[in-house]
This record gives sequence, structure tokens and C-alpha cells, in this order.
Amino acid sequence: MDANLQVHQEGSHCHINISGELTIYGAAELKPVLLEHLAGASRLEINLAGVEEMDAAGFQLLYLLKREAKSGNKVVSLVAHSPAMLEVLALLNMEADFGDPLVLAS
Amino acid sequence: MDLMEQAQETFVTESLDLLIAMEEGLNQLESEPDNEELINSVFRAAHTIKGSAGLFGLDDIVAFTHKVENVLDRVRDGDIAITPPLIAILLECRDHTEALIEDMGGEATDPALLEQSGQLLERLQGVAGGPGGASPAAGAEAAASSPSTWEASVDRQESPPVENDNWHISLKFHPDVFRNGMDPLSFLRYLATLGEIVRVATSLDAMPEAEAMDPESCYLGMEVAFKSDADKQTIMEVFDFIAEDSEVAVLPPYSKLSEYAELIEKLKAQDDSYRIGDLLLQCGALTQPELDKALSYQQAHRSDPEPQPLGEVLVEQRAVHPETVKAALGKQKQIKEVKLKESKSIRVDAGRLDQLINLVGELVIAGAGTNLKAQQLGDADLQESVSLISRLVEEIRDRSLRLRMVQVGDTFNRFNRVVRDVSRELGKSIRLVIEGSETELDKSVVEKIGDPLTHLVRNAIDHGIESAEARRAAGKPEQGMVKLDAYHDSGSIVIEVSDDGGGIDADKVLAKARANGLVPADAQLSRPEILRLILKAGLSTKEAVSNLSGRGVGMDVVTKNVEALRGDIEVESELGRGTSIKVRLPLTLSIIDGFLVGVGSAGYVIPLDSVVECIEHQDVDKVRAHGGRYINLRDEVLPYLNLRELFGERGASTVGRENIVVVRSGNQKAGLVVDELMGEYQTVIKPLSRIFSRLSGISGSTILGSGEVAMILDVSALIKEAEQKTLQLG
Repeated sequence: MDANLQVHQEGSHCHINISGELTIYGAAELKPVLLEHLAGASRLEINLAGVEEMDAAGFQLLYLLKREAKSGNKVVSLVAHSPAMLEVLALLNMEADFGDPLVLAS
Repeated sequence: MDLMEQAQETFVTESLDLLIAMEEGLNQLESEPDNEELINSVFRAAHTIKGSAGLFGLDDIVAFTHKVENVLDRVRDGDIAITPPLIAILLECRDHTEALIEDMGGEATDPALLEQSGQLLERLQGVAGGPGGASPAAGAEAAASSPSTWEASVDRQESPPVENDNWHISLKFHPDVFRNGMDPLSFLRYLATLGEIVRVATSLDAMPEAEAMDPESCYLGMEVAFKSDADKQTIMEVFDFIAEDSEVAVLPPYSKLSEYAELIEKLKAQDDSYRIGDLLLQCGALTQPELDKALSYQQAHRSDPEPQPLGEVLVEQRAVHPETVKAALGKQKQIKEVKLKESKSIRVDAGRLDQLINLVGELVIAGAGTNLKAQQLGDADLQESVSLISRLVEEIRDRSLRLRMVQVGDTFNRFNRVVRDVSRELGKSIRLVIEGSETELDKSVVEKIGDPLTHLVRNAIDHGIESAEARRAAGKPEQGMVKLDAYHDSGSIVIEVSDDGGGIDADKVLAKARANGLVPADAQLSRPEILRLILKAGLSTKEAVSNLSGRGVGMDVVTKNVEALRGDIEVESELGRGTSIKVRLPLTLSIIDGFLVGVGSAGYVIPLDSVVECIEHQDVDKVRAHGGRYINLRDEVLPYLNLRELFGERGASTVGRENIVVVRSGNQKAGLVVDELMGEYQTVIKPLSRIFSRLSGISGSTILGSGEVAMILDVSALIKEAEQKTLQLG
């Protein structure tokens, strides 16, 4: 099962809701889509509340977006991390590098 | 202890494999001295043996192979040229290494072997130190390298340990990790079950630009600080699945700075942009001053032109951690895994295969019993399902027998050495031609033909090929040729040893045989019969006894060995043109496709491959020719034999008409008169006990589905018998 995307464009702001699995199985499909949205916006907000599972391939994609944003003077922010997301970021000790405010799900 | 023994066993088998590779390489180098690949493969063999021996603390082997490796290294660098004397001494060194490895079972190395080590090395030094630019200093350095290794390691130990009481694990994943179905995260999660992951520094420095980034490639690198009571082996095992492709390093707590320096160097060497230093700082493995020191250490080391000798690494490894044995095991396992992947094959204990084949034999017999019962019951459904099972059993039989099949090439290649050594000893120039090396035959057969073949090859060189002068006089090329060939022929494999030498003088053989009383003075013998005499005991045609003859086995022993394998030898020779000896062997020693015939009340099995056709007895014309009784088969005149008479069967025939089965062995044919044709039958060969070993015409027995015993006929013996009988009757 791949990730589902819901995209909502508001001027130069783009909101994306990712739900499902952010894994190697959908990575090849997801990469161009996400990059395209980033190219068409100055600010990309990704809501991760619905991410049930993420693996290292999924993590690499998010990292790529963050890096691209930085080099293009854009902003990519990740919000509403799901528990699965938080676990991976903690495991890789990347919370600080991503720099998004984390809200611990109760 | 068990594990240790297992690992040692692996070491021995792998080393022997490497030694074979080394021998082949050296032999080939003789004809292509500039082939770098060959030099490399010989070097690698010596190097790997030394490395593995070091892991087991087999110091004598390490000391010896180290110097051999040094010489090979200089050859590789072009300092020493490949010359025949060098190859000769290296071959001796190879043999000596084998002797050392075989000797390692004992407590200490046999002092005689050690003495030999010294002598060999001196001679090696003598040969290698000659022309080709090897200065005396280089030789001295090689000779002194053992102590200098120790000095180096002492020097290394002075490198201070770092203030880090955690394990340090460095992971640089291979791009294909995802594609191989693995998630790096799961390794971390599993690692966490063995202790506490103190801190992780993650790097994606390796990830290329957005365009080039492949979302299915893994670009991750991680440096992990890990607190655990687990040992190195256990931690290494976590990464077993990726250890082959990915970079995995596990450094114990308080590792020496030099080891971090090495780690840095290694990762930097692969990808200079990899910020390993930062990562090490980030995960707390090193402090900034420590990192600076490590970097300068690395610099200092880089300027050192000498590559670090492997021995040093080994000693160092031992100095680092007390778990040498376990690490050795891990290493062995890794080597083994890599090897397995390369050749896509599994090493299986031959005993287990034999067990399997025995079981398959029992299955075949039991299946035949079921088949018989089903036929008696006459239930069509049952018969159908039984026939399906029979077909499957047959397939299982074939496949499991094929498991034991090996190519004869490996055995043949070993003769390069024999030819080389023997021809050198005799001062003849001889080239070995190998053909049909991909022909397969049963491993148990391969093991047993080595000795007879060696003798045949030695014979060909010693007695077959003439001296260079004689060859020139006969207008032949000065270099003699010995050929080994193997091919399949009607259910058997033929191994042919031929030479282009002087051939066998049949008259001389006959005269000698008469003089020795082997043949009655008035006997008339055909040429093939005379040639076969050389296979008999007590007949030697050689006029001068060289130091090669009388060594090993004689021709009669060759014959015995071959006959023990249910094989047969044919001799062909043309005076002045050469001799060819064909050893015909059955493909397998355990299960064959048979053709079951009835004679009286008993059943006999004829190997199906030798059956040509079956005809009714009364349809056949009998002819008298050459003073004997023959049958005329479509104008082909064949001798025949009545099995009922031959085996003294008295039981009444169950069917009215007799049949003739035409059988073939090599290019000879004969008819066998039988009562009943019972069709194809999978035959599990059960050896006859020794009492019956002199019985001619029977090669074994088998058990029929009904539980009765049936004899397996020895077709080639029966054909000979038929020829003789026919003549006598005539």
C-alpha cells in the first residue's frame, strides 16, 4: 500500500497531507510528485499525521525535500508527525537537523 | 571448541582449494609469464592462506607463507621476472605449505618440516634475489620482515586509546540495500535490543542532486555510539546481512586512536566528501583533540610508502581484543559467504550425499514393490497413481545422482603438474593436451581414478614418448604430446590417455609373454589381444628400468583398480605413431536403468544403455563363419551366448519363445539368448560379496520389487565370453 497524497494549493503555499506508508514501495513514485510541488511553491507544508509507517527510503525523500528547499531558499516544514514518524526521527537522531517543532502525540 | 574445530576445518578445505589454484596458476605462468592475472591469483592464494593461518595463530605457516608472499609481491611489482627456476621453487613452496597445513593437527609443527621451511626459504631467496633488480637489501628486508612486523605492532600499541567507553559502530550502507529488501532502520532497532544506542550521527552526504537521486538507492551512513555488554562477535552478527556489500566497522570501547584513523582513512578513500570526522564528533566517539590527532596520524601514515603488511594488521587485531577466535570465526564465515555467492554453490558433506543416494536406492526398490502389488491388484486408479509416483522417483533418482556428478576437468588439470615434473625428471619436452574437461562423472569414480590415471600418464611419458633425438630422426616434432580426453559413450564414460610416441611393439610383447609363460608358445593371438597383455602382471617390456618405473602402481594394478569400478581398459597402439589407452568406466556406481530379462525362473538385469535391440530367437538365421557359430543380424555377423546354458538354469521357461537381446560394449556386439523380456527396470546396484568376486559375467546384484534377487550382467565380460565360446563350439 502506497502513500496517499492530498494537495491543497494556496497561492505560493502548498499543503500536502501524506497518509499511509512512506516507504520504499512508493518512493519512486513519490519523488517526482513531491519535487514538482516544491518547484511550484515557495512554501511547502507537509502534514504527516496519517503516516502509519516510514522506512529509511521514506526518510531519504523527506531529507531530499529539506535539502532542496534550503538550496532554493524555500521552506519545507513538516507538521503533525505521527508516532511512526517520530520514532524514525528519534532513531536516526535527526529531529534537530530537520528543525521542525515536534508535538508529542498524547 | 566445536566452533573452533569447524572453523579450522573450513580453513583447511579453503586453503587446499587455494593451493590448487596456486598450482594451476604457477603451471600456467610457465607458458604465459607476463599474465598479470595469473600472478595476482597466485599472490592472492598465498596471501589469503597467510591471513587465515594468522587468525588461528598458526605462526609457522604465517612465517613461511609470509616470505613466499613477499617474493610474489615483488614479482607482482615487476621487481623479479618469472623464470622457470622461480616457478620450480615456488611450486616446492606450495607443496611445503600443503605439508604444513596437513601437519597442523599436532601440538607443535614437526621440526623436520620447520627445517625444510628454512632451507626452502633460503633457496627461494637465492632464486628471487638474482637478476631482475632485487637488491640484496630487498632480500634482507624480506628475511627480516617477521621481526619488523612485531616492531610495527609495538609501535602501534603505543597509539593511545580514546576516552570512549562505548562501542563504536560505523555503517555506510550499500546503495542496493533497499533493493535487497532491507531497511537500515531495522538494523538499528535490532541493535537496540542488545544494549543502549547512546547516540547516532546520520549522514546523507552521499545523496546526489535531486535530479540524480534515485529514491530506491540507499545513501545512508551512520556512526553509532553503543553501550552494551555484548561481545564483538554478537554485535557484528547484527550486520551479517549487509556486511558483504556495505561498510561495517565495529570498534570496541577504548579502541586505539589508530583504529579510528584507519576508519577515517578507509571511508575517506571511498568518498572524500564524506564528513566522517564530523560524524565521529557528533556521535561522541572522538573529542576534537582526538580527531585532530587521528587526522595527523593518518597523514603521517600516508607518507609511509610501505603498505601496511597484513601480518601487522593481524597481530594488531589480536592485541586489540581477546576474542580472536570468535572474530576469526566471523571472518571465516564472511569469506565463506562471499565465496558461496560467487560460485552459487554449496559445499555439502559427501557423506550426506551418499546417505541421500542410499535412501533414494531404497525408495526405488520399495517403489518397485508397490508397483508390482498394484499390478497384481489390477486396480486402474491405483496403477495410475503408482505410475505417477514411479516417474517422480525416477526423476528424484536422476537428480540426486547428478548431485554427485563433477566435471573431470579438475582432475585432469592436476596432471599438468605430473607431466611437468616427470618430463623434467626425464629431460623430455612434453606438452599436455586436455580435452573434454567438462565431461561429468560420479565423484566416487573421480576419486578412484586418480591413481590409475597418474600411472597411465607417467607410463605415456616414460615409455611412450621417445627421446628428442629419436623423435627428430622419426620426423616428428621434438616436443612430445600427451593427451587426456574424456567423453560419454553408451552409458559409460571413456577416459583416454594417448601419446604421440613410439607405440607398442606387438611382436616384442608377444615374445616376452611367451618367454614368461603368460601365453602358450603355440597360441595364436590377435593384435588387440597381444596389446592387452601389457595390462597383465609380470610383463614388462621396458628394457631399461628408469627410476619412474616400479614407483607407484604397475599396469596390473591399474587394471585391477579399473575393474573394481566395473570398468574396462582398451589398448590401441600403432608402432611409431603412438599409443592410446581407453579406460571405460560406468557413469555411476549405485543406480542404473536396467533391462530385466527372465531366464528359467530367475531374473537378470542388463544395463539398458548397452542394449541395442531385441529379436525373437526363431526369426534369426544362424551362420557358420570363421569356424564358429554366429547369428546373422541383417547381414551383420554376431557371436551369441545362451544364458540358460551359461548359468546352468534348470527352471522351466514360463514363455514359449526364446528371445535374443543384442548388447553392445564399445564397438563389439553380441546376442544373449533369454527366455523372457520383462522390460525396463530401475536397478539399485548392490555389490556382491567378495566370495563372488571371481565370478565372471556378473557385476552385481539387485533386489526386485517382489523381494527376489536378480543378478546384474557384466556385458563386456559376456561379449568376450560369447566370442570365445563361439570359437570353441566351432
